[in-house]
Amino acid sequence: MVNLLEARGITKRFGARTVLDGVDLLVRERETVVIIGASGSGKTTLLRCLNRLETPDAGSTRIADVTLGQRSDGRTADERELARQRTLFGFVFQRFNLFPHLTALRNVALGPRRVLGVTPREAERRAAAELTRLGLADHLHKRPSQLSGGQQQRVAIARALAMDPRVMLFDEPTSALDPELVQEVLDAMRQLAAEGMTMVVVTHEMRFARHAADRVLFMADGRIVEEGPPTDLFSAPRDARLQRFLRHLEPTS
Amino acid sequence: MIFDWNVVTYAAPLLAHGVVMTLQVSAVAAVLALVIGIVAGLASLSASHPLRGVVRLYVEFVRGTPLLIQIFLVFFALPVVGVRFSEFWAGVVALSFNAGAYISEVVRGTVGAVEKGQSEAAMSIGMTRQGALIWVLLPQAWRPMIPALTNDLITLTKNSSLLSVISVYELTRAGQAIIATHFAPFEIYLLLALYYWGLISALAWASRRIEKALPQW
Repeated sequence: MVNLLEARGITKRFGARTVLDGVDLLVRERETVVIIGASGSGKTTLLRCLNRLETPDAGSTRIADVTLGQRSDGRTADERELARQRTLFGFVFQRFNLFPHLTALRNVALGPRRVLGVTPREAERRAAAELTRLGLADHLHKRPSQLSGGQQQRVAIARALAMDPRVMLFDEPTSALDPELVQEVLDAMRQLAAEGMTMVVVTHEMRFARHAADRVLFMADGRIVEEGPPTDLFSAPRDARLQRFLRHLEPTS
Repeated sequence: MIFDWNVVTYAAPLLAHGVVMTLQVSAVAAVLALVIGIVAGLASLSASHPLRGVVRLYVEFVRGTPLLIQIFLVFFALPVVGVRFSEFWAGVVALSFNAGAYISEVVRGTVGAVEKGQSEAAMSIGMTRQGALIWVLLPQAWRPMIPALTNDLITLTKNSSLLSVISVYELTRAGQAIIATHFAPFEIYLLLALYYWGLISALAWASRRIEKALPQW
């Protein structure tokens, strides 16, 4: 099967510290890949390098025949072009990052309206459809501050989906949520995966990794040190760092 | 010394004409200054190096030179190179050019202070830096901008008194004309001070109303 996403040799340094050390990441269409690892292992930075929220020092990302930062004739893409290429990815932030001055509907409609240039009516129609799909039909005209954390994160997912991305990237989407609100977001993500969305998810939710992932990657010190189907990875971890990581997560059972 | 109430009752309505001109020149200059300041402020946050450089030069020139010199440059120096304004428009140009620089710094400060996650979210849905500034960051900066903006517009209004030197018949100039004929500096300057104070108080009141009316989240 062809890879939809191919990141190769992604390297990122912050000052003297190498956060990502030549990471390769291949993702097939409709696949859900979960990345786990201790904080500081480079998971989030990897995700941000994929859609160029962060500019990697080396390496390339190829998604659906587009190499990010490069035009089809091989020349360097300008800012406008790179911005357009970025829409191939949807990105969901740990802290939602909704636009606080806009209603849920406007949050979701803004991209289609101002980036894709569709009419206001069409943008709002699309936004309402995405929000309804995520169970937020009753909250279209509320501001983010009037919504619970779980609802806000679902609005953020809808905002990303409204741009019709090929791959969805989730950066610890439930880490900022109260425990009782985690499940509704995970359910939404699981539904998305079931509908065939290609997803890369950085998370500490091991149950989600176990049950929703096709493949789990474990990162440590800026590299992917172990990967495999969740059953293998969780039941028979080989790398010592992964064994330690899993032990810390599930203390004394 | 005897306070001359007659000159006050004589001058008060005459000065009202000056007030109208002060309001006119300040209002037109304020609108222009806001446009200049917002555009320049956003430009100084843009991705373009040359654009940021131009704005920085502009701000440094304005901050580095006295307003009086800027007024003279517009009114006396520009005509030498063929750019000629009436007294009124020379005043408007000088005042807005001056205030625009300070306002651009306010815009740069407040828009730039909007949380970083907001511009990242804008980028994540495919916006360019410019799109993010206009559609996401600027709208969130209006309310925090108001107090500093009010200061700059108050300063602009008070600075309009300097236009008396290029014969714009505004409040200060009107007062000086009365002093020249009636020689009552104490009464007239006191009256001028009260007029300006009234004007500025009205401005400050309006600003508080606007700030309250702007949405919070």
